[in-house]
Amino acid sequence: MVGLEHYLIVAAALFVIGIFGIFLNRKNVIVILMSIELMLLAVNINLVAFSAHLGDLVGQVFTMFILTVAAAEAAIGLALLVVFFRNRGTIDVEDVNVMKG
Amino acid sequence: MTSFDLATVLPEVILAAYAMLALLVGVYTGKDRLTGVLTWATAAVFVGVAAYIGFAMGGAASAGFGGLIVDDAFARFAKVAILLSSAVVLVMAQDYMARAELDRFEYPILIALAVVGMMVMVSAADLMTLYMGLELQSLALYVITALRRDSVKSTEAGLKYFVLGALSSGLLLYGASLVYGYAGSTNFAAIMAAAGTESAPIGLLIGMVFVLAGMAFKVSAAPFHMWTPDVYEGAPTPITAFLATAPKIAAMALIARVVQDAFGGVIRDWSQVLAALSVASMFLGAIAAIGQRDIKRLMAYSSIAHMGFALMGLAAGTALGVQAMLVYMAIYVIMNIGTFAFILSLQRGGQAVTDIAGLNQFAKSEPLKALAVLVLMFSLAGVPPMLGFWGKFGVLLAAYEAGMAWLALAGAVASVIGSFYYLRIIYFMYFGADVAPATSRMSAVQWAVFIAASIAVVAGTINLFGLEGPATAAVEALLG
Repeated sequence: MVGLEHYLIVAAALFVIGIFGIFLNRKNVIVILMSIELMLLAVNINLVAFSAHLGDLVGQVFTMFILTVAAAEAAIGLALLVVFFRNRGTIDVEDVNVMKG
Repeated sequence: MTSFDLATVLPEVILAAYAMLALLVGVYTGKDRLTGVLTWATAAVFVGVAAYIGFAMGGAASAGFGGLIVDDAFARFAKVAILLSSAVVLVMAQDYMARAELDRFEYPILIALAVVGMMVMVSAADLMTLYMGLELQSLALYVITALRRDSVKSTEAGLKYFVLGALSSGLLLYGASLVYGYAGSTNFAAIMAAAGTESAPIGLLIGMVFVLAGMAFKVSAAPFHMWTPDVYEGAPTPITAFLATAPKIAAMALIARVVQDAFGGVIRDWSQVLAALSVASMFLGAIAAIGQRDIKRLMAYSSIAHMGFALMGLAAGTALGVQAMLVYMAIYVIMNIGTFAFILSLQRGGQAVTDIAGLNQFAKSEPLKALAVLVLMFSLAGVPPMLGFWGKFGVLLAAYEAGMAWLALAGAVASVIGSFYYLRIIYFMYFGADVAPATSRMSAVQWAVFIAASIAVVAGTINLFGLEGPATAAVEALLG
């Protein structure tokens, strides 16, 4: 029997993978965008699991809002990435370093 | 869904409708030739909406849309401050934007959308409203940070702001999902009931800490401040001026709303978190700013330190603390607007500059402006009798009276350390070596804002402009 805690554990694992993806990743910025997406989806699993457990629809409504905003966020992230690439000619994380200190 | 619900959110609706209308007008007519007109029109709409909120909307708190959004004296105080500061920043930077060829018509529209987001934030009475407001604000800010599309610095700042902002939204949401799960509702009043008054369930506490961490990112409190110096330095200066003012008020008001309205029963649990954030921010801001060579970077650390002081007021957890925080934020915004009006004017050979070396011997060429900067810097450092001192005094007193004498003491020490780099700016202006001096060119509006802000930090000490009355009313609405 799959219970609430199983969903919460999966969501927590995905969330942590997402955070580590942002900080440990040294390759390129697209991976960061994917990690952010992973974090938001982990939150959605949490919300839907709680919503089903509580028998309350609000969690699922919240999930719909998050999905919509995540789409807008991804669009803006990719747009910023494109203008950055045009200026710098690379999207390696190591090269996002003009300003330091 | 009644007309009553709509009346609660009328200012937001007006502003959002204006932003979309302005976008249509901009796209179908003059495009960037209209920027000047749109900037002034946006500022005028801000002032009009602020006047409507200040004079026409009054009385008791009213909730709309089934308790999703609330209109009370606290929200109104924050909204008026947000609208007026945004309007001033818009008009004072107009000249700079035109000279730097940054006068794109999207700029005032995106600012208007960010302001709508902030107004929703401060009115939020539900985690969903909080999230939607926060994202509307953040998404607009990510874009205007990268407004100078052909500059590596500006686009890099936009990208960094986006990645760390999205991470903070993720933390906040994860916290919100836990709070929802353990409280059984996303409504602040229901969360308050579920949290009880003794000790909240552990899941709820973990969720609360995640939510606080997410919001600490938005006010750039240490240790969640990493994005601030880079974004402040990379963004075009008018946008830095905007980032340093209105979004800070909105995020501080949001934290106050969440801790008092949703977790008001378990003050002991969040008070220590806010106190830790406060101490870390004050000391990091004071120490890391010392070695900076760029004025915008310096202002970034300065704002981190100031957020630490404002958080101290909230950490006290009392009505006096929240009131001190509101007064502090109002004073902080006045000082920052004045300082940025000055930073915007610095140039060397027609090029805008922001290096501290440019201030060398500034007092010789521009004695009046140097005096005004001196007053602003003293106020930022918290030297009595300037306005900045009274702001700090208020939060220190609130922390002391709440039995957190150690926090007040730490604040006083951090304030002394921090005054070093403000005084260093003054030293450069009056006694610096005569190398690479910059000149200062101001439009009439910019000059008026600059001088008004520096007069205000002196004259305001008489009665704080009567800010305390509305602030007290705001706190009563929040805690009552």
